[in-house]
Order: sequence, then structure tokens, then C-alpha cells
Amino acid sequence: MRENSQARALGILDTVKDPEVPVLSVVELGVVRRVEVSGTEVTVTITPTYSGCPALHAMEQDIESALLAGGFERVILKTEYAPAWTTDWMSDPAREKLRAYGIAPPGHVAIDQLIPLGATVRTVSCPFCGSANTTLESEFGPTSCKSLHICHACRQPFEHFKAF
Amino acid sequence: MSQDSGSRIEGRGTALPEYLLRLGDDRLVLGHRLSEWCGHGPVLEEDIATANIALDLLGQATMFLRMAGQIEGQGRDEDALAYWRDENQFRNASIAELPRGDFGFTILRQFLFSAWAFHHLGALATSANAELGAVAAKALKETRYHVRHSSEWVLRLGDGTAESHRRAQAALDELWPWTGELFWQDEVDAELRTAGVAPDLEPLRAPWEAMVGDVLARATLTLPAGPMRMSGGRRGRHTEHLGHMLAEMQIVARSHPGAKW
Repeated sequence: MRENSQARALGILDTVKDPEVPVLSVVELGVVRRVEVSGTEVTVTITPTYSGCPALHAMEQDIESALLAGGFERVILKTEYAPAWTTDWMSDPAREKLRAYGIAPPGHVAIDQLIPLGATVRTVSCPFCGSANTTLESEFGPTSCKSLHICHACRQPFEHFKAF
Repeated sequence: MSQDSGSRIEGRGTALPEYLLRLGDDRLVLGHRLSEWCGHGPVLEEDIATANIALDLLGQATMFLRMAGQIEGQGRDEDALAYWRDENQFRNASIAELPRGDFGFTILRQFLFSAWAFHHLGALATSANAELGAVAAKALKETRYHVRHSSEWVLRLGDGTAESHRRAQAALDELWPWTGELFWQDEVDAELRTAGVAPDLEPLRAPWEAMVGDVLARATLTLPAGPMRMSGGRRGRHTEHLGHMLAEMQIVARSHPGAKW
């Protein structure tokens, strides 16, 4: 019974998408850390992606309203900062969804050289044609989690979900 | 003006919320200054970059100020602390509140502050207060790329054209004396250091200077030799600039208390 309602809550959360990246759910993104169900009450522990991410408030509201609409009577949201969120929590199927949507998925997190000063930047393959002949235009894109690139093979600008 | 902080610190367990205000206010004030570039960046990419970094700082301020309000226990949340305190209740280092200046000034300040925050947060991440340590570790991840972004620009501006070099050096000369305050410590730090909650800032000075000196040297900029300024931001004694900045930052919240949108 408890397992069923736990699975049901997770199923509902898997329909709640990141408003900025609408192919990924809050579960796939790794924002949802734990779900505990007690009767008709559900406690969801989340962790923020970037501390200033404006989409977080929207995700919190969407999580609450989806669970209420799904039959739970009380939703408690908790925030946890440790361990800090990382794109390494994103599964391979989730990365493939990102690529199919047109966003180059994150590589695995390496401790970047802090002050590279002229060092080469990691190659990001174009999500449209797969070419590695791309250059970084800006480390900062429309949201903190994405950088801007250009593919010289298919001449498309594209976004990259940064490894973080 | 300073008697408020003195009496608040003594023996009433207020060292931690006071320390959290310092951490939060540095980021709230610096983040606001950085956000002033939104729509005014020298190129579109930098407009976006500075806005993103400003958002990170605002997010970090939210985490620290929320904790400060919770531990203080007087029902003030992060918004109340941001919008309903006056300038002598702010605890940021003065370097954060100076007007944004030109792009060179903004970049040099981000670089000097981020390099300091990188070392400070790194030491704070092992705090005996687990929640504070977790928030510091979270902020540290973002601070790494703040250092990278600003140091790349310090290099370009310092070792760029004669004009960019002149402006970057002028910015450094003006900012350098304000960096002394980043290592200033008082009984708040001492109490928390004894409890293992906060790090000693003194041992962080040499690695900070090494990091800063390395980038400045490669950028062909000269480290100023003059003395550090006396400044009292951590005690609520600020430059004339903070009040003006707060007037703009707080006016909407104060004109429409409790408004939601």
C-alpha cells in the first residue's frame, strides 16, 4: 500500500517539467531528492540547481499543485543543500531527451581548471548534426545552466546544458 | 551608530546571525550593483553574464539571510531583512557598495571579491554547523566560475589596448585599499572560530594574494603599494553610496508592503 502510493507520487512528479527545459521532469533533473508518503500526506525534499535559479519557485508551485490534483491532501516541501546538486545525477535517457530537444547534454563533471586563461575549452558536439566542429560563444546563456555555442558544420547556434 | 552591534553581539548567542548577515549582505549588495548592468552591458553576452552572476549572488544572499532570520527567531525572513533594514543595519564589506563605475571597475571588483569568496567559502564548507557548511559548499560551486569569468576579463582588459589597460589599472588602484576589510575580524569571528563554525581569515590572505597576484601579473597590471583603508562596513558604518543604493533597491517593497505579484 505504502509502496504503491510512493510510486504514485513519483509518477506524478515525473510529469512536472522544468519550465525552462520542458523535456525534463523535476525527477530526471535531480531536483527531487526524496519522496515520503504518510497516508494522504506527502513530503518532497528538493535541492536547488543554481542558488539563484528563477525556475525553482515555479517548480515548487508545480510540484505542489500536481500532487494536490493527483489526490494527495497535504504537500510538504523541504529544501536540502547537501549534497550540492550536480548534472552528474542526470541519467543517460534524460541526456538523450535533452539532445533530441536541441540542447547539447552535459558531459561528466571534471574539476575545471579554475583560471584557465587561454586553455582549450572542452569540445561540445552539435545536438543537430553531431559535429564536433563547434565553438563556445558565451559561457552564459538565457539561464545559468546553459551556455551558447555555434556549429560550423551545420551553421546552427545551439545551447549546451553545462556540466556543473 | 556602532553601539547597536556591540550590544547585540555580547553573550546572547547572536554571533551566528550576525555572521550570516555579513555573508548575505556582501552578496545582496554586490549582486544589486552587478544587476545595474542589466540592459547596459558592453556586449550582449556580457549583459547576460553579469545578470546571471548577479542572480547567483542574490540566490546565495537568500540562503544566508534566510538562515540568519531563522536563527535570530524574530520572525524576519530574507525579504524582511533585505527590504526593511536601514543602511547602518547592513553588514556588507564596503567594497561591495561602491558605485559600479565602468566595466573595468565592475570586473576588477568581481575578480577581487570572487577570489576572496572562493577561499572563504572553501574554508567555511567544513564548518561545524552542517547547514552553514552545505550552503557554503553550494555557493562555492558557483563562485568557481565567477572567478573564471572575471579573471578572463581582467586578462583581456589589462593586457588589451592602452585605454583598457589604463582603466583597469585605475580601477585596481581605487579598489585595492578596500580589500583590507575582507580580512577584518572581530569578536563575532573569534566566537565562531572557537566553536569551529567559521574559519580564521588570516591564513586565507596569502593564498588569496597569490591567486590575485598571478592573474594581475599576467594581465600586466601593477599591484598598488599603498595602505589599506580603515572601514567599518561589518559594523554598519558605510560609505555615502549604500544609502542611495538601498533607496532604489527598497522603494517598491516599502511603498507597497506585503504586495504580491
